[in-house]
Amino acid sequence: MTSPFTFWDARTAEEAAALLSKKGAMALGGGVDLLGEMKEGIRAPEHIVNLRSIPGLDKIQKTDRGWRVGATALLTDIADHADLRKDLPGFAESAEAVATPQIRNQGTIGGNLAQRPRCWYYRAAEFACVKKGGKGCPAEKGENRYLAIFGDGPCHIVHPSDCAPMLVALDARLFLRGPDGARDLPIADFYELPSKNALCEFTLKPGEFIEAVEIPTALPRSTYVKIREKDSFDFAIAACAIAGKIDGDHFTDARVVLGGVAPVPWRSVTAEANLRKNTIADAVEPASNSATDGARPMSQNAWKIPMTKAAVARAIRSFLPR
Amino acid sequence: MKNGEQRIEFTLNGDKTSVTFPTFKTLLEVLREELNLTGTKHGCELGECGACAVLVDGKPVLSCLMLAVEADGTKVTTVEGLADDARLHPLQEAFADCGAAQCGYCTPGFLCTAKALLDKKPDANRREISEALAGNICRCTGYIQIFEAVEQAAAKMAVKK
Repeated sequence: MTSPFTFWDARTAEEAAALLSKKGAMALGGGVDLLGEMKEGIRAPEHIVNLRSIPGLDKIQKTDRGWRVGATALLTDIADHADLRKDLPGFAESAEAVATPQIRNQGTIGGNLAQRPRCWYYRAAEFACVKKGGKGCPAEKGENRYLAIFGDGPCHIVHPSDCAPMLVALDARLFLRGPDGARDLPIADFYELPSKNALCEFTLKPGEFIEAVEIPTALPRSTYVKIREKDSFDFAIAACAIAGKIDGDHFTDARVVLGGVAPVPWRSVTAEANLRKNTIADAVEPASNSATDGARPMSQNAWKIPMTKAAVARAIRSFLPR
Repeated sequence: MKNGEQRIEFTLNGDKTSVTFPTFKTLLEVLREELNLTGTKHGCELGECGACAVLVDGKPVLSCLMLAVEADGTKVTTVEGLADDARLHPLQEAFADCGAAQCGYCTPGFLCTAKALLDKKPDANRREISEALAGNICRCTGYIQIFEAVEQAAAKMAVKK
């Protein structure tokens, strides 16, 4: 398949952190993204450190803080978890929206959150774009119809994860493990715009990996709406995650996060404000219209603006009584 | 075993199997190149077509995106493991009866994925069938015959029980 590497089955999180500190080491979850990158010739790890061999790292459990989902929990197991779905419906929906049934049987939540972008210039080895340490973004004067309408470059990828926007909406915390120990942070802080770091969408120190995600149950109403070009399976062309609290006919608390339109999960504070100050039915129009405030489309992707509004409107309408 | 090689032991189509291979090989490459089971197909190599689907511990996965070393200790079923000696699996018979295969390249992936569905949900309806097979692409049949074949196989298997 690719160039040779050394394969390690980590047995503990500490051992994984030590192995990942080796030069050229990369973590393996389901392998769906990593093997794809290796085949595309844009990644050639010298060491592959298997995290799925760590006992218990795939646990999905309810704690006094909400739900704790280990990094190697499979997307299928998240989508099929009846109790988790009761507490965090949007999270289960987002896991179910990922890719194909086979990929959900292999893909892990850690890998989904740390997957790399699908921009075709990034994925093609022959383009030395800014995300790969080269200069400029060939999409600016090239093919950009699926790329970002937010974020302002210098790289215009859209973040490919379905679970990330939902977990930002749910105010989840990520637990990271590294050679210097463990730390945790709000998942929104895990992601960085290209203006801060064009090379990578997330902040992991050398040797660090995602150990778990914790999701509070304080926002009991949530949903994830994904619009795709091909309905059987595809990455989002626009998506909307909403999490909040509903009292009668209105949201008392609401977080609106867009997917598929920006280099990171994109929170829309104006949509949230419009959602809170109206009844749900009356919020559909102002909240969905304001969700794209500040968007700056590229030469070929202004069509994503109405598409994004539609995703937000559909997400809000899903909370209306049927 | 040489440097850069792995040895795994697993159950392949019901038989205890051990195999040695270069570490970088995927399960698909080991099945085809080391074990001569060429029923499982190379397709897109990137998780977009489902042609390489096999069952690992009963669940359909894409063998092109799984390192073979990860199959150690598992039970793997490929299309070669579906028939019972000379008797075809009801899904294989139904695919032939319904014209659910034309060029046949995608068929092994469809058969394995459909088997996992019927093992778990013998009375799967059309929507459940199309969802389970959403990751398998066929460019010949237009899918309808494939859905009908899975329904026909499910009906036959229900009568046999």
